[in-house]
Amino acid sequence: MLSTSPSFKENATQAMADPSLQKALARTRPQNPAKRLTAVAALPEFEQLRDIGRDIKNHTLAHLDFYLEAWESKVLASGGHVHWASTAEDARDAVLKICRAAGARTVTKGKSMVSEELAINEHLEKHGIVPIETDLGEYILQIRKEAPSHIIGPAFHLNREDWEESFRKVHTHLPADRVFAERADIQNEARVLLRDKFLAADVGITGANFLIAETGSSVIVTNEGNGDLTQTLPRVHIVLATIEKVVPTLEDATSLLRLLARSATGQDFSVYTTFSTGGRRPGDLDGPEEYHVVIVDNGRSAMIGTEFQDMLRCIRCAACMNHCPVYQTVGGHAYGWVYPGPMGSVLTPSLIGVDKAGHLPNASTFCGKCESVCPVKIPLPSMMRHWREREFERHLSPSSTRTNLALWAWLARHPQLYRIGTRIAAKGLAMLAGKKGRLSKLPFAGGWTAGRDLPAPEGDTFFARYARQQRAKS
Amino acid sequence: MSKEAILGGIRRGLRRGALPDDQTMGLHARLASHPRHLIPARSQVPRPEQVALFTRNLTKEFATWVRVPHTGEVPGAISDYVAAQNLPSDIVMAPHPELRDIPWDERPMLRLHEGRASADDLVSVQHGWAAIAETGTLMLPATPERPTTLNLLCDTEIVVLKVSRIVGAYEEGWDLLRQENHDDVSGGFMPRNVMFITGPSRSADIESTLELGAHGPRRLHVVLIDDDQTAL
Repeated sequence: MLSTSPSFKENATQAMADPSLQKALARTRPQNPAKRLTAVAALPEFEQLRDIGRDIKNHTLAHLDFYLEAWESKVLASGGHVHWASTAEDARDAVLKICRAAGARTVTKGKSMVSEELAINEHLEKHGIVPIETDLGEYILQIRKEAPSHIIGPAFHLNREDWEESFRKVHTHLPADRVFAERADIQNEARVLLRDKFLAADVGITGANFLIAETGSSVIVTNEGNGDLTQTLPRVHIVLATIEKVVPTLEDATSLLRLLARSATGQDFSVYTTFSTGGRRPGDLDGPEEYHVVIVDNGRSAMIGTEFQDMLRCIRCAACMNHCPVYQTVGGHAYGWVYPGPMGSVLTPSLIGVDKAGHLPNASTFCGKCESVCPVKIPLPSMMRHWREREFERHLSPSSTRTNLALWAWLARHPQLYRIGTRIAAKGLAMLAGKKGRLSKLPFAGGWTAGRDLPAPEGDTFFARYARQQRAKS
Repeated sequence: MSKEAILGGIRRGLRRGALPDDQTMGLHARLASHPRHLIPARSQVPRPEQVALFTRNLTKEFATWVRVPHTGEVPGAISDYVAAQNLPSDIVMAPHPELRDIPWDERPMLRLHEGRASADDLVSVQHGWAAIAETGTLMLPATPERPTTLNLLCDTEIVVLKVSRIVGAYEEGWDLLRQENHDDVSGGFMPRNVMFITGPSRSADIESTLELGAHGPRRLHVVLIDDDQTAL
């Protein structure tokens, strides 16, 4: 997927002026946190489980080479195939090779963010194979040639009228004057249409939420059942998974699954949680004859041993973006690549470079909400801070930013001058604000005050008050 | 080769080579003993409460259920359900011996055929292997007697489940599988697939609003057979 992350600022401005997106954001903004809270409140052990989830992932990452090899040997033992891919290109080639060997004309797909990252669809199309997204949200995005704007609700930014318009435009075999009275009518049209695609496909491609070293299984969770139809009906099943998805045992995966759905959609458990291990067994009446896993690195191993290793704990629940004031204002497309929100602000610079994605770790208020809801306790704000440091070290930030930071740093190292400076500033701002107590314009900060007023300082600086209080005590 | 490059990259990051034998032995032991982590207290209750938790969760997840005292009443329960929902009485059934033993002849209106589901089948009867009370979840390992398509292709899935097969937590389900299942291909216990199903198919992709019946069954109905005296 091509990145527009370098133009995050312009993307964000556009997003805030987009009435359709703002309507969608206003609808979902309060919804997701409330659902999560209800589910968490019903499970008193949730906080303990977060620690357990973090520890399982840390243990796995510390022995990742061992667990990957253990997992591979179990896949092979159960009749499956493993294809190792260092880069996106390796992965695309591996997928194409399997599809060609299967003589594939159409390929159905379950929802997979890794597939977006690797641009699998474009690659298959280029070689004459038709990929069909089957997750309802991904399906409409494929029709509209849009990218997902959220990692679990990819089309949340669309409104009903967008769905109706797209379906009328593309499903031309149906009566043009048909009525979509309910959302269910839209959903049903896709259900009927995609059912034929499921039955006709030669290959099914899914992602994986987990890989299990103990058994060589891949795990997917869906609510629609599209992932299961994708991996059950075609003759060949291809799993796309990145190296950090492996966990040791079924018990480890189970503990993480207790966190996943609650953090993601506020469900206790997703409707379909399926563990796949190899292909069809002798006597089985259904299921794929071939089972392949393309195991992808694409930049992950380079994160191990760095200050970004903890990011590899991520289980892709989307709680961070559901609770992020920045994401909830600009939506997902503004981030310009596959992974939006706080997790994307940390992961994207790792995968496509901080020179391209440097704006993202800056697009944070450091409110800390993301870390507080993360099911595996990833310290997202600290890692965004690390990226800012790297950006500064590599002289990637604009010169005005660097000059101002240098000025502030000098001032901060001279406490006497700092105190005098802040006292003058506080008094000056209070005078400027007058009776209103608010400033609607500020020199050098026009961009900031364009959207809001600055409350003027009232009275003294903190240091002056503190000194006075200490004097009063003694 | 990619494999060596990836494993080498991981080891460089971890600042070590391949793990020495004494450490891999410890990790193999962890895999073999698969220790349990915290199990939520909600499902660790006496049997009758466990079953009540299971059915409460089924209802919460938009599934329906009925409890019958013995196998003989299953055909009646199913034909009542099919009639009440106005469903066709042509049913595809899992070729499982426990389902075959049910006295279907008593309800000749039900036209059953065994096998996997095809695109034209509207109602399926599936064999319930086990269920998890914690979240109202059915646990259905794929075997020749329990085809996966029965869980996916029909508009309505009916699962026949013995109450004695309801366990508290997922971990108890895994231990049952380890004890009872043998996979000839791998020599282990995992069948080709294990589906955990919690309610009928749904999606909230259109305007973040929940609608049932996305791609999988629109209805999920569980017929519980009370074969467990301790659960009454």
